[in-house]
Amino acid sequence: MSAPFLWILLPIGWSILLALLRHQKTVALVGSLFCLLLMGIALALPIDVILSLGDLQFKIAPDVTVLGRRLVLPEESRPILVFLYGASMLWYAGAASALPTRRLILLGTPVTALLVAALAIQPFLFASFFIQIAALMSIPILMARGEKPGKGLLRFLIAQTLAMPALLFAGWTMSGVEANPGDIALVMRSIALLGIGLALLLAVFPFHTWIPLLAAETHPYLAGWLLWLFPTAAQFLTLGFLERYAWLRESSELIEMLKIVGLVMIAAPGFLALFERNLARLLGYAVIFETGFALLAFSLQPGKRDFFFLLLPPRVTALVLGAYALSVFWRQNPDLNLNTLRAIGKTLPFAAASVVLTIFSIASLPLLAAFPSHQVIWLELARQSLQETGWILLGSLGLSIAGLSTLHVFFNAPVETPWQSQETFADKVFLTLGMLLLFVQGLFPQWFALW
Amino acid sequence: MFVTDWLAWATAFGTSAGILISRNWRINLILTALQYVSVFWFLQSHWSLLQAAAFLIAGWMSCAILAIAHQESAPVESSASSWPQGRLFRLTVTGIVLLVTLVGATRLNTWLTLSFPLLWGSLLLLGIGILLLGLSLQPLRIILGLLTTLAGFAILYAAVEKSVLVISFLILINLGLALAGSYFIEQTSETRYKETA
Repeated sequence: MSAPFLWILLPIGWSILLALLRHQKTVALVGSLFCLLLMGIALALPIDVILSLGDLQFKIAPDVTVLGRRLVLPEESRPILVFLYGASMLWYAGAASALPTRRLILLGTPVTALLVAALAIQPFLFASFFIQIAALMSIPILMARGEKPGKGLLRFLIAQTLAMPALLFAGWTMSGVEANPGDIALVMRSIALLGIGLALLLAVFPFHTWIPLLAAETHPYLAGWLLWLFPTAAQFLTLGFLERYAWLRESSELIEMLKIVGLVMIAAPGFLALFERNLARLLGYAVIFETGFALLAFSLQPGKRDFFFLLLPPRVTALVLGAYALSVFWRQNPDLNLNTLRAIGKTLPFAAASVVLTIFSIASLPLLAAFPSHQVIWLELARQSLQETGWILLGSLGLSIAGLSTLHVFFNAPVETPWQSQETFADKVFLTLGMLLLFVQGLFPQWFALW
Repeated sequence: MFVTDWLAWATAFGTSAGILISRNWRINLILTALQYVSVFWFLQSHWSLLQAAAFLIAGWMSCAILAIAHQESAPVESSASSWPQGRLFRLTVTGIVLLVTLVGATRLNTWLTLSFPLLWGSLLLLGIGILLLGLSLQPLRIILGLLTTLAGFAILYAAVEKSVLVISFLILINLGLALAGSYFIEQTSETRYKETA
């Protein structure tokens, strides 16, 4: 058995089998259990090591060859597999009551598998093909039957499609740079092409517009899933480039550029969040904010995983919780404008508290999930420049004020208004567990470290 | 060879400019299908004839998928646009793209030693494709913009990469974009039908 078969081909085949199931909750249960199994295997079994089970001896081979190209999932990719399938398990578990589940799980599983394939393909630059196919496959997830394609969806498709040529050419020029590292013009061309491709994938300013648009026009749970998966995959791709090419991580200009772009992507969404009245768009800004932290992590530790991996578990918890809570609001009224959600904390208290905690967590408030990982980055950045840390503070402040404003709108109701929770039992359980997880991750971050 | 290269360039320019200027979906799809003939000509100078023919057929299939979706749903031409739409405006920007890509191709020619019409043709398709993406909000025109951009990219990339996997992926993505386009067209039409009813 090989690792690419287990974590790429098997999920694709499994999702075809899953299509035979009709009942939403069964699909959610089976889908999330399958992801749990894949996560468990990645957690427990080392790759490329002979394992003994009684008399039986077996080994998970790291590679497989397809059409002359190799798909390789080495031992170092296990944390990524644990994270991707563990997070998918969380998303699918929540999908049982948050939305029409089938299209998310039936198409979401192969999309996740394709993004794993993007990280496994050799040569690495072909990853952009898999990302493009995953983007095409996610269209039916985002656009239900009878809905018009929105601007956000079209821009998402354009961004992913245009990134592919830029990354492929970047890969080609990079092979030239490896052969001739002294050619400065080629290095600059290579960095420029790579920058354009990654900027499109990571939704870096000014290519970020699809994120808030897509968040506002799509079901919040589906938008949350996409806004977690694609930017995270793009960040893994960026990390892959930095890990593979020494000249890239040793380029001081590129590292400085990553830092500046990261700071802009933290400060700008924080500022925009101050004026945002739509909660779905606010979730979009939170995603851009998190991408900023990832870029900063790459600039502070070029080619290393520690800081970046710290950011991943808190981010997915906050996004699942926030998206689930927004989908509870959506069930009552698809308009997620703050004006229509006045005093909703009295009728949907669990969902309202979850949204507020999600915003506060992403804004790096102490005791909440994202605080320890963001604090590590602040401290490291402060060692280099205290002024630059101020930009992070501004971004966090903006998001925190947006959180406080949301808290005020949700719970500012006349005292005589009775508290009457209208969430279902499943909603209450999921949201309570999610909120608890935010605190547990904030207090014991070491339990969730992706080694 | 040189004359046929220029003929292919002229076809690429004429068809892509035609797609930008015309608002009729039938004409646009016919022009896209013709555009793939010029792309085929450029591709066969680097890929084998069979590989280039596979790309041509995939392109034609994409056009057919979009045509069938459009014919079955028969949506009204949308006027949604984020930019001015006058014919004069579109002719002017086409002229600008022509000049910019000429300069780009001249510069690129010193780096990539390819035939000049091929280089200019690919940059022209890339430029007009991106222009199409910027000038319209209509799903069909956006898909045509993406197909045109990818066609331009394929011409240029064929010169540096000839692997079967790359060709298969390019074909798959072309067809995937056409399928996405047909899904967009059908859903838009369904929504409009519901709104009218």
